[in-house]
Amino acid sequence: MPADHTTGHGHTHPVSFDPTATAPDPHAPRAEAGRAVRIGIGGPVGCGKTALVAALCRALGDEVALAVVTNDIYTTEDADFLRRAGVLDPERIEAVQTGACPHTAIRDDITANLDAVERLERRYPGLELVVIESGGDNLTATFSRGLVDAQVFVVDVSGGDKVPRKGGPGVTTADLLVINKTDLAQHVGADMAVMVADAHRMRRHRLPVITQSLVDTPDAPEVAAWVRARLADAAPSGAA
Amino acid sequence: MPDDLDAAGAAAILSLVDSRFPGGGHAHSGGLEEAAARGLVTDPQTLAGFLRGRLHTAGALAAVFAAAAAHTARNLLSPPAASRADTNGVGEAEFARATGNGHGSTGRRQWTALDAELDARTPSPAQRAASRAQGSGMARAGRSAWPSPVLDGLLAATPRPHQPVLLGALAGIAGASPTQAALAALYLAVSGPASASTRLLGLDPFEVNAAVVALSAPMSEIAAHAAQTCHLRPADLPAPSAPALDLMAEAHDRTHRMEVRLFAS
Repeated sequence: MPADHTTGHGHTHPVSFDPTATAPDPHAPRAEAGRAVRIGIGGPVGCGKTALVAALCRALGDEVALAVVTNDIYTTEDADFLRRAGVLDPERIEAVQTGACPHTAIRDDITANLDAVERLERRYPGLELVVIESGGDNLTATFSRGLVDAQVFVVDVSGGDKVPRKGGPGVTTADLLVINKTDLAQHVGADMAVMVADAHRMRRHRLPVITQSLVDTPDAPEVAAWVRARLADAAPSGAA
Repeated sequence: MPDDLDAAGAAAILSLVDSRFPGGGHAHSGGLEEAAARGLVTDPQTLAGFLRGRLHTAGALAAVFAAAAAHTARNLLSPPAASRADTNGVGEAEFARATGNGHGSTGRRQWTALDAELDARTPSPAQRAASRAQGSGMARAGRSAWPSPVLDGLLAATPRPHQPVLLGALAGIAGASPTQAALAALYLAVSGPASASTRLLGLDPFEVNAAVVALSAPMSEIAAHAAQTCHLRPADLPAPSAPALDLMAEAHDRTHRMEVRLFAS
């Protein structure tokens, strides 16, 4: 039962002690003036994280000074893909090795990723945005608030329409949930209406959900707009 | 300097060797990934041999420098009279003269000398890079947990310090003894590869843990030995080495450039 329930026994609770309840991450992002905004992109293997990062580079590369950190599990596939895609100067892409534990490197011990971000910030003074792509992991892999200011969790329809209702901190607490590859829904028998309704329910109708197909909209316009809003949030008041 | 376990120092040591410590160590296998790739480590028995060898070579070298760094940090923190009275004096007095006595200073020359001497004892560029990556990662966590002018001085002298030097300095700043600092270095020298073995080879974690615990007695002996040399001039510190690990670190690095390894070292 949610913390703010008003039925049942006639009062409300300021804190829910229901172990099954999920809620948006209550911690405010760590704000530090004068450094690049850091946005994490997480999600299971094959959901389209790297394609989304490439789309964001295409959409934002001309208007924002940006760089990318990749966390591959076993290869430099993602970094290589981005370099080959030509969406970004290869020098603006740093690949982190994660010792077989992608979730550790983005959450429990963020040192290697912070080092990579700081290398990029030193290399490119005035950097405005660093996109940190997680290695493909599972539904519990979210970024530390010490590493990113905001995070996107990506799932795709080819895993079936049950994925959002399986929950996990990625689906329930990420600042933005992206349901990717909507063009495949008809081929895998996924019901988009169910997926979207489940996603909103799991996120308690408070956190945004975007559905997209990079086949139909290769530059991910809605996600790019969300990222622009995060950059505006971080800008000194009046400057945005 | 009294070398008994004092509670504050011991607590700091527990934190420094905790696998939860956010210093970036989880991404390093200490040569285990290369050894596993070559079929040299395949089961708990071969792992135990690898760990024993690493403890007595790379571990012993790390212990020597961790103990010396702890000693240096404690001397920089405590009044000269107190710190001089309880050390054996000769090497220390010589070192103080040679380096311009760090008391009341930032210790720049002592830290620079320790760093250079450890560099000289680490012939593999890949090992040096791995040590500095872990040292600077540990520095980030250290600045947050044990802020100190002594740490600031070390990082001003060597912005990307070797891991054993930084580890020893943090231990000394937190009140731990050179023996305790050496023990922490030794433990980390084997716990990292042990953890990597469970991830890479799927070895039984109970057997892996038992292999680490079985090294308790040599760990304690090597730590005591390292503490005995902590007051020597950096140039006179012992230089145990592991040529096989140096070569495997280079092979790991070269392989990573071609077909990618999971761990950074």
